[in-house]
Parts: sequence; C-alpha cells; structure tokens
Amino acid sequence: MRYLPLTPEDRAEMLARIGVPDIDALFADIPADKRLRAPLDLPRRQSELAVERTLRRMADKNVPAGSVPFFVGCGAYKHHVPATVDHLIQRSEFLTAYTPYQPEISQGTLQTLFEFQTQVAMLTGMEVANASMYDGSTAAAEAVLMAHRLTKRRKALLSGNLHPHYRDTIATVARLAEDEIVALAPAPAGGEDLIGRIDDSVSCVVVQTPDFYGRLHDLAPIAEKAHAAGALLIAVVTEVVSLGLVRPPGDMGADIVVAEGQSIGNPLSFGGPYVGLFATRQKFVRQMPGRLAGETIDAEGRRGYVLTLATREQHIRREKATSNICTNSGLCALAFTIHLTLLGEAGLKRLARLNHASAIALADALGQIPGVTVLNDTFFNEFTIRVPGSAASVIDALAAKGVLGGVPVSRLEPARKELGDLIVVAATEVNTDEDRAAYVAVLREVLGC
Amino acid sequence: MLNREGRPAEAGKARAAGQHTFTGNRALQIEEALIFETGRTDVTGVDLDEPPAFANRLGGLERTAPIGLPGLTEPETMRHYVRLSQKNYGIDTGPFPLGSCTMKHNPRLNEKMARLPGFADIHPLQPTSTVEGALELIAELSRWLVALTGMPAIAMTPKAGAHGELTGMMAIKAALAARGEKRSVVIVPESAHGTNPATAALLGYRVEPVPARKDGTVDVEEVKKRLSPEVAAIMLTNPNTCGLFERDVVAIAEAVHAAGAYFYADGANFNAIVGKVRPGDLGVDAMHINLHKTFSTPHGGGGPGAGPVALSAALAPFAPLPHVVADASGVRLVEHAEEAGAGAAPFGRICAFHGQMGMFVRALAYMLSHGADGMRQASEDAVLSANYLRASLADLMSQPFGDRFCMHEALFDDRWLEGTGITTLDFAKAMIDEGFHPMTVYFPLVVRGAMLIEPTESESKASLDLMIAAMRDLAMAAKRGDKARFTGAPAHAPRRRLDETRAARQPVLRWTKPAPQNLAAE
Repeated sequence: MRYLPLTPEDRAEMLARIGVPDIDALFADIPADKRLRAPLDLPRRQSELAVERTLRRMADKNVPAGSVPFFVGCGAYKHHVPATVDHLIQRSEFLTAYTPYQPEISQGTLQTLFEFQTQVAMLTGMEVANASMYDGSTAAAEAVLMAHRLTKRRKALLSGNLHPHYRDTIATVARLAEDEIVALAPAPAGGEDLIGRIDDSVSCVVVQTPDFYGRLHDLAPIAEKAHAAGALLIAVVTEVVSLGLVRPPGDMGADIVVAEGQSIGNPLSFGGPYVGLFATRQKFVRQMPGRLAGETIDAEGRRGYVLTLATREQHIRREKATSNICTNSGLCALAFTIHLTLLGEAGLKRLARLNHASAIALADALGQIPGVTVLNDTFFNEFTIRVPGSAASVIDALAAKGVLGGVPVSRLEPARKELGDLIVVAATEVNTDEDRAAYVAVLREVLGC
Repeated sequence: MLNREGRPAEAGKARAAGQHTFTGNRALQIEEALIFETGRTDVTGVDLDEPPAFANRLGGLERTAPIGLPGLTEPETMRHYVRLSQKNYGIDTGPFPLGSCTMKHNPRLNEKMARLPGFADIHPLQPTSTVEGALELIAELSRWLVALTGMPAIAMTPKAGAHGELTGMMAIKAALAARGEKRSVVIVPESAHGTNPATAALLGYRVEPVPARKDGTVDVEEVKKRLSPEVAAIMLTNPNTCGLFERDVVAIAEAVHAAGAYFYADGANFNAIVGKVRPGDLGVDAMHINLHKTFSTPHGGGGPGAGPVALSAALAPFAPLPHVVADASGVRLVEHAEEAGAGAAPFGRICAFHGQMGMFVRALAYMLSHGADGMRQASEDAVLSANYLRASLADLMSQPFGDRFCMHEALFDDRWLEGTGITTLDFAKAMIDEGFHPMTVYFPLVVRGAMLIEPTESESKASLDLMIAAMRDLAMAAKRGDKARFTGAPAHAPRRRLDETRAARQPVLRWTKPAPQNLAAE
C-alpha cells in the first residue's frame, strides 16, 4: 500500500525485537471475543487513479457556483480567491504542522496567527482577537457563553434578523447548558424594537449587521441601552467583506464581535471548513475562548511568538476552562491572512465597493420586474426580494433554467409561513453584467411577465 | 527592508562566534518582519477595477476612519509567507511523534480531490437538486464510519474533536431528558484529555474523577463505586491517553448501562484499532472520530479538524440537524425536525450548514485508497512501530506502568532523568536540535514528566531506527551529565527557547504602531 513504508521483512524484524511471535500478540488486551478476525465488509485498497475516478463521478453531479449565474449567500459567499493563497496554504510546513506547541520550530504558524489576530482586530475595530474559531455560528455561541461569564447573568437576547442557523446554534447550546434565550421574531422589512426588550436581566444582546435579510444596523443606540442595563453587545458579521465599506462594530460600542471569515481566502466548500473570527476588548481577554498567539523574546533577545494565556484553556484548566475548544481553524485563518495581505486596505475597500455596486445594480434591475419588491432600504451585497407565490418554487424553477438565484427564506424558516414569498439574494464581484441580465430574464420568464 | 526588531538585542554577546551576520539571517533562515512593518495601506496585490460611480445604500453607516490594514504586492506576499513557512516543522519535514495527535502522512490526493470545483465551489444553501453528489459523498463516508465503528448512526456536522464531544454529550443529555431524567455527574478518568471535563462542565455536569490502577488502566470496581442514579455518563478514551487498551471496557460498559448511564468514548485514539475491533461491539453509546487524526486530513497548524460522532441505537434518534439520510428511495438532506421521520427527536443544531465537507472529501479519499484491508494494516503498523520504539528504548528510559505492550503510542516518565538536572522539556528541546519534532510532553498529567511518543504507521524502519539511535544517544548523554546539550537546546532552530512567562505576564496579542519617540531614537 502506497502510504505504508514498512515491508513484510521490516515487520518480522520489528516483531522479533519486541519479542512477540505475531502482531496479534500486541492486541492481546482487546477482549478476544470482540476482536475482528478479518477485514470488514468494505472495498479493498485502490490505486490513486481509481479513487480519483470514483470521487470525480460524485463531484460531477454537483453544479459549481462558478459554472452558472450565481447569487446564493446567507452566511457563505462566492468570491474570487487569488491563486497565491491556495499555493501558500499548501506549503508542507503550513499544511502538515500541528498546533504550535513547540514554538522554536513553529514561528511560521505563530507569526501568521499574530498577523491574523491584528488584522481581525483592525477590521472589526476591536482591541484584541483570538487565533480563530470553527466558524461564525460556533463563535457566536461561544460569545454568548463568554457574556454569561462576564455578567454572571444567563439570559441572552437575540435579534430576530440573526441568521437562523446562528440563532439555532446559540439556542441549542443554551438549552442544553440550561441558560435562557429570548429570540425575537424576524423583521425582514425592518422595524424591530430590540432596545425596548433590554433590561437588567439580560447578559447580552446579539445583533447581526448586515443582518440575515441584508439590512444594516446602527449599533450605537443598542450598545448604549445594553451598557446602561449592565449587558454586553455582541455584534455578528456573516459577510466580512462588508467591513471594507461599513462602519465596524467596534466603533459603535460592541463588546464582542464574531464573524464568519470564509469570504476572505476560503472556498464555499458546501459549508465548511470555514473560519470564525472572535474579537473583544482587552479587559475581557482572560474570559475569551480559543487560542492566542503572543509576542515575546527568545533566550538571545530576539523577537518571537508563542501560544499564551493558556491558563484559560481546557488542557490546563480542564473543567474550569473558558471553553472546550482545542483545534480551531488554523489553515483557514492562514488563507484569510494571506488574502487580506494581498488585498491590503486599498484592495479590500475596492473589493467592498465592487460588491456593493454589483448588489445595487441587481437590486435595481430585479425591482423593475412586475410583482417583485425589494424589501431593503439599506444593504451591502445582499438583499431580500418578495416574489408572487412560493419563493422555494421560484428558486427551483430558476435552478432548472440554470440560474442559482438565492435562498428562499422558507428553507431556513419553514414554520413561518408569512416569510414563504421571500428570497435572500447576494451579488458579489464575481457576477458580471451578463449574469445579472440572465437572472432578470429568467426570473421574468419564471414569473410569466 | 530589514527587520530591526528581529535581530539580536545585543548581537554577538549571546551568540557563538561566527554566527553573527549583518542581516541577522542565517542562509536559508531569513528573518522576516511583520506585514505591518513592511506593508502599506495604499499597496495591493490584487488587481481589481474600480466600479462605476454609485449612490450607496448604506444608510449613513459607511466607514469613515482608516482601517490600517497593510497590503503587499504578489511577489512580496509570496516571499513573506514562504519564508515564514520555512520556520515551521511539518510531517513532510520529518518524524513528528507527537503522542495523542497522530501526525501521519497527509496524502496529496486528498487535497486534489477536495479542490474539485464540484466539491470546493458549491454552496451549502444552493438547491439540493444541484448538490446530489455532495449528499452522496456524505452518505458514503457515513457508511464507511458505520462499518468501522459498528454503530448505527453518525452525526456528521461537528467541526472538530471537542465539538464532537459536545455533540455526543448533548445527545446523552437529550436522551436522559426524553426519559424524564436529569442527572448531574459525569465520570472522567484522571488521565483524560482536558476537553472531556471541559465539555462535561459546559453542559452543567459535575466532573467525578476516577483514578487509574497501577497498570495505567481504569478498574471497573472503581467505576462501580462512583455509579449512582445521578451519573449521566462516563467519558473514557480507549485506547487511553497512556497508550493502553482499557481491558475492562466491556465490564465498564455493562456497569454503566446497568446504572442507566451512557458510555461516551473519546475516539482520539481510534487510529490504533481501526479494523481490529469495533467500538459498537464494546458497548459504546457515542464516540467522536477525529478525521484529522485517524483519517489523515491535515492538521494545518491547528485545524480545521472534523469530528463526526458515531451514535448507538439508544442515542441515534437525538442526532442533531441537519443530516443526510440514505434509504431505499435514495439520499436526502434532513434540515428540520419535522422532516426527520418517525421516532426521531433531533436535539437541535450545533453549527451553521452541513459540517466540514472539505474534510469529508479528504477522509473518504484516504479510506478508498486504503480500503478495509489497508486501514487494518495501518493500525497494525502504528501499534507495531510504537512497540518497536518502546522496546528499543526500554533499557535506558523508564516506563510508568512497567515493561508492557502499548498500543499506538509509547509512554515514558522522567524517573530515569532523576539526579541529572535535565527535565523532560530539556530532552524534548534537544530532540529539536537532532532534527525531530518532540514527542508530547507532560501529558497525560497523571504521569510525572510524561513523554508520549506516537510514531504512526507513516515512518519507514530506517526512519524509526535513526530516531531510536538519536534518542538513545541523547539518553546516554543525559545520564553522563552532558547538561549543556539539553538546557541550552535548541541551539539550531530558528529561535532559541522563548520566554513564555513574559508572554503571559505582559500579553502582547497584536501589533500596534510604535510610539513616535521610538522612531526618533532610531
């Protein structure tokens, strides 16, 4: 087998050195009646060529985003990733390294994490960031737990326009950890009274901007009310490119900012692996979950980096740790950092403008179609439209004609029949004038107008 | 631009003669500044066209203050990160016997397959009719995991091992609630990974430790003493963190079940027993599987991982959403409780979307390549290599539980270093100078000065022999009192030992612009 270097002769010599007659002697602690005597009923080994054929056959049954006019968002976005990024993250020394427990031979990983933490802090407008979480949704759930620890309260208030998957993730952890969650009803057309629901029993308020329906929110008044009640403001960002153009949550009083970082550096990959961003204020750092890289010096006085503040973490603190997280999203964080280094501030801002312009052009064009209403007065690169009839049927009909036109809200909120005619539509820099024209033409056709 | 701060504070003083260079570089080891010191906010390495003018729809929420993000051109970016990569040790560099972490070869076929547009460029919320191949892949990987674990259902969405632990324990809590019970205690052996007690505590359980007996395994009688109607579960790693198979496992499972509790198995060490025994046959109710350990998806310097959880028939109905169901009518995606079918009671959702698809592709590529026969051979080779290494070092180094066989990792303690003035950490750092990644040190916590060595099945005999010879040479040097070789190590790595106390006492967690007077002084 091509992955196994030992030869039958090696194995025999090694068994002799150990002093056992056969390999089964080394498995003697496994109860004899439970041991498998032969390989399981699964296929036998295959050549690289054969495996490639099998997997290609599966891949070919899917419709890649890049092959059609594509407008699907809702927490994962199609962007162009420069070739340099994927080359660099496949460098053996990054790809096949472990968590940097031995800093003298891990400075590559540690310095890039230090760069990542700084970039995330700058982008979100916060003081410090950790070395990444699994994704945006799990980062949001961890942020709520952190707010409970900081405020000694156990009730979180969630905006109704938070991504339903994020809401459900937070609610699942809360229910099983026996904490309380108050989730408001969705308000796709705006007008949610979040501030009126804040009182001194609340540990934190969780608000997404741009929200699930694409609307932007001024967080400052929410932060003010939350702080007056002794609660924290957790801001959620699922489209991190928006931070190139939109005021960052840190400038509007957020105490914790969590974000999905997939848009920068990482492919769609059917939902994972992605990279969760987690930023907060310096004074809260000892209650922060996850790994942290910090600067120090070596025995010769040279600058270097190590994992630090490990006394928060499970491998030291065990049941008293701030989180059970161990592995995070190191390589996805590296992709994020490299892509953002390539973009720089000038490039990120231009990319954000391109996204915004693409969405404006599409919203204006779709809004011209009889029967179609654009719900948003504000948006970045994603907005919500109302269509006549079932949004899910419209999306399926569009797909049948080769356009992936967005996400029917009913896919995530099936119980809320009043949202059954809504589609969340995303447009990014990858969409061309032809893509937009195709969307408009096919939607007209589907709606019969 | 040279890196001022990267060079020695006092060049020549602390370093041996002949090592000093003007740049601070040492041939292929090139000092590399932070991007914040070399980049500029007006530089970009991505050519994008400016969009036509537009009236924004931001409702007055546009960013006004600068961000401060530096940019580099493409060649500068390439060089920066290539140079940084050269300061890292990976599996492709050399032996990486980090116990409990399973640093095995990462086949590049896995990477190639995960990058097929049909897998990498599909959206989690595009119509399911356009992702049938993706659902098929998840169902197929699930089928393999069912066969290998002997357990009927797999929850695929957990993002890493610890996330899988949380998922499995949530299923247990949900199953107890469905029985109308609320129990308060989880039994965890003292040698367990830190994630086990942390996970139990997150769900509000009190952690009841159980000690190991003299041979390093858990005694079923000690477990029985702690069982009561308050016990929700035991969390047991098998093979355990000492590299030993828990030989009372079946009796422990029976006792736990008799008390109405569940058996959570930490599957971090599943790689030792794939194809040799099925956890389902041992009475396990839930077990996470680290695809990045057992099934060769890369560790990436700390993730991403993937931690699918195998569930027993008792827990399967509580599997979280979403999941893929394969039956006679084909493969379908279940995203909501009402679609889950009769008898199912999903406990909720643990993350957005469908799990670590990129890791699923890699793991299945590995499984298909090995086949059932190859994976069994891989487990055997891993156990053989660990025992070979153990037997080859046993006369020089001390073993905490006597001279007995181990599974996939060999555990030594530091009794053999007594009186030498050399610690386990010193020994690990000396291994760096010899060109090896050190073993896991000071874990498990129950063994003093632990050295946990997991060579994996990926090392050739020549590689194992060289590692053994080097370790024997180091061990003899330690016993001779050649202290300098250890306490000063590593001498040849990109950095000497780093001051971790300083990092924790005065945390510097991000770059900040130096104060102007510092620039003037320069």
